[in-house]
Amino acid sequence: MSLSFLFVQLLNGVQFGMLLFLLSAGLTLVLGIMNFVNLMHGSLYMVGAYAAVAAFEKTSSFVAAGAIAVSATVLVGLVVERLVLRRLYRREHLAQVLATLGMIMIFNELVRFVWGASAQSMDVPAAFSQPILLLGLPYPSYRFVVIGVGALVGIGLYILIHRTRLGILIRAAAADPAMTANMGVNVRLLNSTVIGLGAALAALAGLMAAPLSSVQSGMGEPILIMTLVVIVTGGIGSVRGAFFGALIVGVIDTLGRTLLPTLLRELLDRSLAQAIGPAISSMLIYLVMAAVLVVRPQGLFPVKHG
Amino acid sequence: MRRTIASFGPREWCACALLSALALVPVWAQAIGEPYYLSLVTRIMVLALAAVGLNLVLGYGGMVSLGHALYLGVGAYAVGILSSHGISSGWVHLAAALVVGSAVAAAVGAVILRTSGMAFIMITLAFAQMAYFVVVGLKAYGGEDGLQIDSRSDFGVLQLSSAPVFYYVVLCCLLAVLWGLSRLVHSRFGMVLQGARINERRMAAMGVPCFRYRLVAYVLSAQIAVLSGVLMANLTKFASPSYMQWTLSGELIVMVVLGGMGTLAGPVVGAAVLLVLEEILSSVKLPLPGGLDTVINNHWLAVIGAFIVVVTLTMERGLFGSLRSGRRSA
Repeated sequence: MSLSFLFVQLLNGVQFGMLLFLLSAGLTLVLGIMNFVNLMHGSLYMVGAYAAVAAFEKTSSFVAAGAIAVSATVLVGLVVERLVLRRLYRREHLAQVLATLGMIMIFNELVRFVWGASAQSMDVPAAFSQPILLLGLPYPSYRFVVIGVGALVGIGLYILIHRTRLGILIRAAAADPAMTANMGVNVRLLNSTVIGLGAALAALAGLMAAPLSSVQSGMGEPILIMTLVVIVTGGIGSVRGAFFGALIVGVIDTLGRTLLPTLLRELLDRSLAQAIGPAISSMLIYLVMAAVLVVRPQGLFPVKHG
Repeated sequence: MRRTIASFGPREWCACALLSALALVPVWAQAIGEPYYLSLVTRIMVLALAAVGLNLVLGYGGMVSLGHALYLGVGAYAVGILSSHGISSGWVHLAAALVVGSAVAAAVGAVILRTSGMAFIMITLAFAQMAYFVVVGLKAYGGEDGLQIDSRSDFGVLQLSSAPVFYYVVLCCLLAVLWGLSRLVHSRFGMVLQGARINERRMAAMGVPCFRYRLVAYVLSAQIAVLSGVLMANLTKFASPSYMQWTLSGELIVMVVLGGMGTLAGPVVGAAVLLVLEEILSSVKLPLPGGLDTVINNHWLAVIGAFIVVVTLTMERGLFGSLRSGRRSA
């Protein structure tokens, strides 16, 4: 196993981590600020991906597809918030889990109804279709774009939360929603804004993931669960936690899947290694999460209140 | 607290009617010559059993576990893996399933009970997903395709291969668990568990170690789900990774909430309503105009989803929970 192979796998891990960050940043704000368990975040990701594929087919421009996908998903998110989610803010977590679970089922069938059961796919934008050479190995340049977009969103969110008025309100509402409302802030509008922001980030993740994976009904659930692992590991409500949590989970998952089976083959009997390798490597991130929880139940970067 | 028939309210009468109806299903299925109904009701009772188990932590303990399908899967795979090695004794299946299930539940519970609220929901989901990936990764035992089981577990004189016998075994398991649970929730243990849900700080101030009680409740509830998994594998003669899928965990929660949380027979009612509704929507030709019936047959999950959303938004106590109980202090 060469060092350059290791480096390429590390980059793949960072790229996957950035994708997870786009999803978990939006969701952690919804969870932390609104104290609202929004399981349909993965559905917004799916809607974003489908919208991106459809818009890319029509316009064959990646930027236009992105703009259409993000605005369409934000619209969907706001409509759902108005019709269903808003009624759940004051209810217990269980009701929120159930209702958003129902919404996932509706959205999965809705996209199957509109686009059919077969998976859709999207080409990598022409400008980034050529691989670039990295330590002598060809590496897909589109993955660098994903990393770049993730980093830009990270910087943008940092500025938004720590340097703008909206950021102050978001942090205030996270610390004490009732007091924030008493100070004359329209918390209802703030909630809609946060849901809209989350939907926009989910759509962006869907757009970036569309050329890398197949776009199909139910694509949101596996990645939603990984997103939840990221959020719990990083600390609920913390964008910084989401960023580092996503990188940790992305890198460990990717490296585990590629390196661990090889490693086990050298340590154990070949047939045994082949039997348990895939099972163990897919367990890794959950074990990391469990270890973090044992040491720090609040996550790695808990939000500081007060 | 001895109770007489005179103190029965609508809730108790409904539970009695339901249980007597269940006892007569094999006779009825035989009479109308539809053995399929027998297996449908068996499936309802098997999943109802898991929902009853979940109700112990969810309804009485106030712990929202979105990962109980994990234990159903443990039960099913215990039967599947042992059978594939030629061990057919049902007692061994059951013992292995309960031992492994309890060990997993104790380990998982010790970690997840360190958190509460929102994090608890997400972590139970994550651990169930981990187990799902583990069985998908077990290529020697079918991996993604699941594991065929040649014959039902061998319990000696109880011939599980006969559908009516298997039906009554499942019914007896369900009744036994319901009876045990009714004793448990009114015992000191049950009172502590419910007290910890209502006001944990006060319970802690009274010197009650809430964590330990919750852990025991979690393991007990997991064991009931394991039993349900053993029966499930016997019913379908199959152990599939889909038994561990998070959608099933979600369905179990829907059954509990639909029927009525923290009521004894509520989950049974919820399971029956949900599964019958699924059956009707997915395979019965509904008398609807304009090809709408095929749309619903193909996309029945969307209707179920809408049903769940509406029930959640409108009914807070569930179907069975809305019935008035004869007991004054319900």
